[in-house]
Amino acid sequence: MAIEIDGKSYETDEEGYLADITQWVPGVADVMSKEDDLELTEEHWDIINFLREYYEEYQIAPAVRVLTKAVSKRLGKEKGNSKYLYGLFPYGPGKQACRYAGLPKPTGCV
Amino acid sequence: MATKEFTIPEIQEYIEVPDAPIPDATAHLSPFIAKPMHQEALGFPVEVSDDWKEQTLDAMGDLLGKYRGLRVFMDICVKCGACTDKCHYYIGTADPKNMPVARQDLLRRVYRRYFTFAGKFWGALGMPGFVGAADLKRDMLDEMYSYYHQCSECRRCSVFCPYGIDTAEITMAAREILARVGIGQKYDNEIIAKVYTIGNNLGLPERALEDTLEGLEEDLEDETGVAVKLPLNVKGADILLITPSADFFAEPHVDGLMGYAKVFHEAGVSWTLSSSASEAANFGMFIGSYENMRKISLRIREAALELGVKRIIFGECGHAWRVAYSFLNTLAGPFDFLDQNYPIPQHILEFTLGEIEKGTLNIDKSLNDDMVLTFHDSCNVARASRMGDKPGGQFTIPRAVIKAVCNNYVDMDPDTIYEKTFCCGGGGGLLTDDLLELRIKGGLPRMTALQTVTQEYGVTHMAAICAICKSQFTKILPYYGFDMDQIVSVHQLVSSALILTGQVDEDDDTESGEEAA
Repeated sequence: MAIEIDGKSYETDEEGYLADITQWVPGVADVMSKEDDLELTEEHWDIINFLREYYEEYQIAPAVRVLTKAVSKRLGKEKGNSKYLYGLFPYGPGKQACRYAGLPKPTGCV
Repeated sequence: MATKEFTIPEIQEYIEVPDAPIPDATAHLSPFIAKPMHQEALGFPVEVSDDWKEQTLDAMGDLLGKYRGLRVFMDICVKCGACTDKCHYYIGTADPKNMPVARQDLLRRVYRRYFTFAGKFWGALGMPGFVGAADLKRDMLDEMYSYYHQCSECRRCSVFCPYGIDTAEITMAAREILARVGIGQKYDNEIIAKVYTIGNNLGLPERALEDTLEGLEEDLEDETGVAVKLPLNVKGADILLITPSADFFAEPHVDGLMGYAKVFHEAGVSWTLSSSASEAANFGMFIGSYENMRKISLRIREAALELGVKRIIFGECGHAWRVAYSFLNTLAGPFDFLDQNYPIPQHILEFTLGEIEKGTLNIDKSLNDDMVLTFHDSCNVARASRMGDKPGGQFTIPRAVIKAVCNNYVDMDPDTIYEKTFCCGGGGGLLTDDLLELRIKGGLPRMTALQTVTQEYGVTHMAAICAICKSQFTKILPYYGFDMDQIVSVHQLVSSALILTGQVDEDDDTESGEEAA
């Protein structure tokens, strides 16, 4: 499978995750969210960018609590919870947001 | 991502067995097949070769020779039908091949054809069906792959089988045979490969684990004013905690992990986590592979030896506890280097109940008064292990702990708890999005029982002691009209009611009571 951005093809796996994280461009998130009928706002991008920064440092997506804490610090305490994140990414911040950010899917009992 | 449309089952007043089976209702469900790299990491062939038939029969013969039980289970079924309406996947999907006997027969017909006299005889005459046997065809492997991934190895049907046929053993054997022919399951095998390379199911590297634990210590100190630690790789600690990596990562799991840390802190014991064995789960069991199960288990032994601990305690993880309680000594023993005065291994609930009974924990049950609790028995704990020193401890100990920290507790329908508990719908290596339809439908019986206690007793939350159950319910509760956070960890409840020595309320401005114990 693949998605198309500006005439260039980006390979994805059978679950829709980008095959090669280094290929990621912001258009990946745009195309993927459009397929999900989700409009990306600045708030979405804030999460996506944080995921990418964290991944770059730790080679894994952040734990839910790490993510909510970061959101809480950046955007205020009332947003530092998973309800807020699920509000933005209904399929789950861990999976949907990671996919938009080009990160591999978190595996295991999660 | 396109997913096939399906209808969410409606919760009825009682758990209803389908009026009539719907043939092939879920024949389309088949999880993604393992990639070559994941097959290779586990020692399986990367693809199906031309001699798949010989390989299948060789693998089957090998397992039949090793496991007497498997041969007995293949031979002994009398088709009495007692199991037919006991499976959550049959109740949820109405697909007749999800009746445990029918699912077993997918393998049994091959067994009969090639491993029994009657099957060989009638098979040679071209009439294998006369004795319930069938010639092995390539598409039968695909069918097996599909339906043996519609069994969560929960063993509820086995409770009702008059011969005690262990359906999970048959599913495990079938999955092992398929993996040996080159048809492994992606979700399970990718995860096992991560355990080998990184140390846990998540693929959480040591540095990320360190960072995550530090963050949790900060949170605990912010909330309580007490420096509760989550130590990592501490040599000479007394207790090694082995917990599912989901405890580091997901909610409500992490609330449970913080609960363990608070209990250890108050008990005044020295404990540690290990980065090389930062995973309790053992998916080797799910795929039926003794070799992989053993290899995964040995990490725990190595970590215990390396750190020089005296005790091993397991966190809230269902199948890990089965492997730990029932198989660990065989797989990775002897544990003669541990302190023999404690259970080897011990469950965190046994430890916590012990502390509660000793009176070391200052519990204020009213702190959980905003909830009315019920408890979901996880299948592997309920039907494949025990806890404590009395029969049935695996049922009574979790409830005793919950009741010690909560004022409001009720059990669900007796036919859905204890040894008759229903699987959450995502156990046995099926907790993957490509099986979401199955997971939702398989959750129906549990959701029905939960709905009943919600309506009759005002239950607000369901507690569990398995990482898979917790993730599965977080995912499926909303499909049935509940909230995702109605599933909680048992140690989350302990944590909420536990007042630490020297604890300061988060919103408390006074500085008194800062002196930690």
